[in-house]
This record gives sequence, C-alpha cells and structure tokens, in this order.
Amino acid sequence: MMTDVIKKKRLIFKILFYVFAVLVAVIVCVPFFWMFVTSIKSKGALMLLPIEWIPKDPTFDAYRKLFTIPNFGTSIINSFYISIIGTVLRLLFAAMAAFALTKIQFKGRGVIFGLYITALMIPAQTTFIPLFIVMGKLNLINNLNAFLFLQLFNAFAIFMMRQKMMTINDAYIEAATIDGASMWKVFFKIILPLCSGTLATLAILSFMELWNDYLLPLVLLTDRANYTLPLILNSMQGQYSNQYNLMMAGSLVSIIPILIVYIFAQKYFKEGLTVGGVKG
Amino acid sequence: MKQARTKGFRTALPFLLPSLAGFILFSILPIIGTLFISVTNWDGLSELTLVSDFPNFMEKFFVGFENYQRLFQSEVLYQALFNTLKFIVMYIPLMLVVSLCVAAILNNKVKGVGFFRIVYYIPVITSWVAGSLIWKWVLNPQYGILNSILSKFGIQGPQWLQSAKWAMPAIVLASVWKDMGYFGLMFLSGLQGINREYYEAASIDGANGIQKFFKITLPLLTPTIFFVLIISLINSFQIFPQVMIMTPNGGPGGSTMVMVELIYKYGFEYYEMGIASALSWILFVIIMLLTFVQMKFQKKWVNYDD
Repeated sequence: MMTDVIKKKRLIFKILFYVFAVLVAVIVCVPFFWMFVTSIKSKGALMLLPIEWIPKDPTFDAYRKLFTIPNFGTSIINSFYISIIGTVLRLLFAAMAAFALTKIQFKGRGVIFGLYITALMIPAQTTFIPLFIVMGKLNLINNLNAFLFLQLFNAFAIFMMRQKMMTINDAYIEAATIDGASMWKVFFKIILPLCSGTLATLAILSFMELWNDYLLPLVLLTDRANYTLPLILNSMQGQYSNQYNLMMAGSLVSIIPILIVYIFAQKYFKEGLTVGGVKG
Repeated sequence: MKQARTKGFRTALPFLLPSLAGFILFSILPIIGTLFISVTNWDGLSELTLVSDFPNFMEKFFVGFENYQRLFQSEVLYQALFNTLKFIVMYIPLMLVVSLCVAAILNNKVKGVGFFRIVYYIPVITSWVAGSLIWKWVLNPQYGILNSILSKFGIQGPQWLQSAKWAMPAIVLASVWKDMGYFGLMFLSGLQGINREYYEAASIDGANGIQKFFKITLPLLTPTIFFVLIISLINSFQIFPQVMIMTPNGGPGGSTMVMVELIYKYGFEYYEMGIASALSWILFVIIMLLTFVQMKFQKKWVNYDD
C-alpha cells in the first residue's frame, strides 16, 4: 500500500518536472525556431498573413544572397581572426602575469595584484571614449589589431590563472631550476601544462566574448572592410530593412561557431559557468 | 605556502611587462583621461594634447564643472536614469523569478536534466546582435510570432518596439530570455551548495514542502540571491546592444534611451567629448557605489552553511 503511494507521488513529480522543463525549453527555443523558419522563407513569404509557422516553399535563397553582401565573407574571417588570435594572446599574457604574481617573489607584488583586481571593477562601458582616444594615439583606430593589443591586460583572466597557479606546488619549480632550467622554460614546460584545464575554460569564455562583442568593435572599427560579423549583421538592418529572411540567416550563421564550441566543450563550459560569475 | 626562491623584480619583469603595459594604456589612462576630459569642452576633433602638453590643453579647453552642471540641469540625464529605473523595476523581479524556476527545474536528478541545462543556456552564448535581431522580428506587431501567438488566445498584441509604452517592456522580455540561463545556473550552484541533511532532518520533524522552502532553501540561498541582485543591477546600468539595435535613436519618444547609449551619442555623434566623459564618470560612480554595497554588505547577508 505504502509503496504504491510513494510510487504514485514519484510519477506525479516526474510528470510535473517534464511539463515545466519542456515549457521553459519551448520559451527558450521559440525565438530560435522563428529565426530558422524565417531564414528559409522567400522574401514574399515574409509578409504573408496569417504567418506561416512552417514555410510552404522553403528556400536557401537567403543564405545564397547573404554571401553576396559586400564584406560579409570578410567579416567572418575578421571575427575568427580577433577571436582566435585574441584568445591565444589573452591566455598567454594572463598566464605570464599570473606566473610572476604567484611564483616569483619581488617587492610590490601585492600592490600590483591589488591594482589589477581593481581594474576588474572598471567596465568597458565607462571607458570606451578615452579608449578610442588612446587607440587613436596608437594609430589603431579601424585596425583589427587593436583587439589583439587589448589582450595585453585582462584582469579576469589574470585573476583566474592566479587562482589556479596558487594550487601548484613550488617543488616542481625548485626541482627544475636546480636542474638549470630558465624561468621561461619552467613557465612553458611545467606551469602551462599543469594549468590546461583553466586555460581551456578561459579560452572558451574569451572566444565567446570576442566573437560576440559589439560595443568595442562599434567604437573602434570604422571601415566596412574591417567590420566583424556582429557589425555587419547590425549594418544589414539599414540596408535590407524588412528583409528578415536575410537577417535571420545571418544571425544563424553567426551563432553556429559558438554553438559548435558550446556543444563540444561542455565540460569546460560547465566549469566556466560558475567561475564566470565573478565577472557578471 | 613556501614560495620559489626569491628571484626579484628583474626576473618577474619580462613576465609582467605585457600586462603592465596593457594595464596602463587601456585601464589607468582611460579612466583618468575621462576625468580630465570631463572638465573640458574638447570636441574630439582637434588634437588631444592631454598627455604631451597638459597645461596648454587645459588652458584651451578647461570649463570646470560646466558639463556636470549642464547635465544635472538638463533632462537627458534624468530621462536615461528614469529609463534605466523602468528597466530595473521590470527586469529584476521577472528575471529572479524565472531564473529561480530554471534552477528549481535543473536541481532534480531526473533523466534528461542535462539536456535541458544545455538548452536553457543557448541564449546566453548567443550574441546580443543576433539576439536583438531575432527579437525584433519576433516582436514585429504584424508579422511577428509573438503577436500571432497572443491572437490565438484572443489577445490583441501591442505595437511593442514602435510604442513608447511597450518598447521598454519588450526589451525587458528579450533581456530576461537572454539572461535566465546565466542566472539560473548561478542559482543552481547555490541550491546544490545546500546540505541535503537539512531537508532530511526537516522531513523527520514533519515539515512540508512549503515550510522547507521558506525555512531552509530561501535563507540558505540569500547569499546567491544577493550576489545575483547586485550583479544584475550593475548590468542594468550598462545595457547597450539590445537597446541600440532593437530601438535605435533612443526608441519611440526617447523611451529606451539609456546611459551607455547617451555616452555613445554625445561622443561619436555630437562630438561633445566633455559631456560624454562627464556621463561616463557619473556611470562609473554609480557602478562603484553598487560594487561597494556588494562588498560591504555581503558579510551581513551571508548565511554560512555549517
């Protein structure tokens, strides 16, 4: 008797769980579904009433046209350029800084780390005007390499790398230096491999941030030939207003690389979520 | 922990050089530069000699606190702050409720929960540019899917982004959709940090589900709730891509003009760098205050488990 009641309770609970879980999933997915459906509609089918949930004549015209838009192809390359090279540089410089801040003793180490952490609190949204000016002085306006230079210092990445390196036993380093290894060799051959998990998590967060960024490219890039994918997408609003099949196809194309990384790097993503909280 | 043998600053310097250079160029210089430019009427077009020829630059452009005065006397600043307030009042309660639901769903050991976790997070990894374009089309009054769904329930949907009344609620909807996975997973890790034994002990004492929620879950979740609250408040003052893309030029009747968009407009459309910098500093101070509140009161709010 008793077990029957419990079983029944469990079943009701399970059903409730799936009802709510599916409901939320539908809310999340409907906009994406709408994006996909729109992207395979012809221009004429966009303005049909009642609206077509499933297009009667699906077509890939929008995707074909997308790649004839001036600079669309280049913008994908530009986005990959700053996202991949930028990520590599960010990780390298952050790891170097964290190495100096944890494994080399010198006067003023605490002060430097304190200053770096303070920088975590300065959002880009408040400093993009003077950043534009500084980049102007460095001749880096309308230059994709500006985004590579910005990777010299990333407070969040340094903070994360420092957290990780503090857990590494100094005995490794001592053993290596006694054997005559230079600090660079210690850094590249011993420390970096031991940090691979954190590096992977940071790489994903960094790639995502650089790939999706809008404000800084908007401020720093002025010429269409240098636009990143988000900027080209944004500019399509003016040129192809109401051609939503084109804009939805473009949006879908822009999401795919991130989605692939997301699905294949689930493990590192999971770790990134909880640590990413520091950043907001 | 024992540190590696003392090597001194000279060993550390090569490793520190890139980050020091970036820190000075892209963090310190900009934040101090903003402060100085905010007391000038520099137009952004004539040459900036703030560093190379400071006295001359100041003599030529210095206006004292005129920019701040102008801002505090004009309506634009209050309008932007009011719009932010509108956003906050709608966004934060809705986001808290929805992301707590997300966390509650994901906090079950049921088959398929991993799949749902992956799905709920997809909006978070989507760029705001794509997200905004998608929502602009979802919210299209005539051909969008939302009003089509509403009409099936006999509701005549509003004009959304074209209406001064509904533009901000529309932005709130899109923002909750985009952020619910992010904050939901934050709450999830908060929930999973609660010791199971409390619930077992409460069950033995005969507590029901509602009692358990209010007496155990909620108090032990307050640190997470507080953290999410402050983070989302700070984020609310910085919203930009969604308003800029979904409602260009401040939206209908300026109903979605917010701080960052205002800074952008003054800087790169009106070339009033002084005003833009003053606005940046006002925003900076607001964010610093919120960060300070977070650090100051975190201890007070925290319920330490065990």
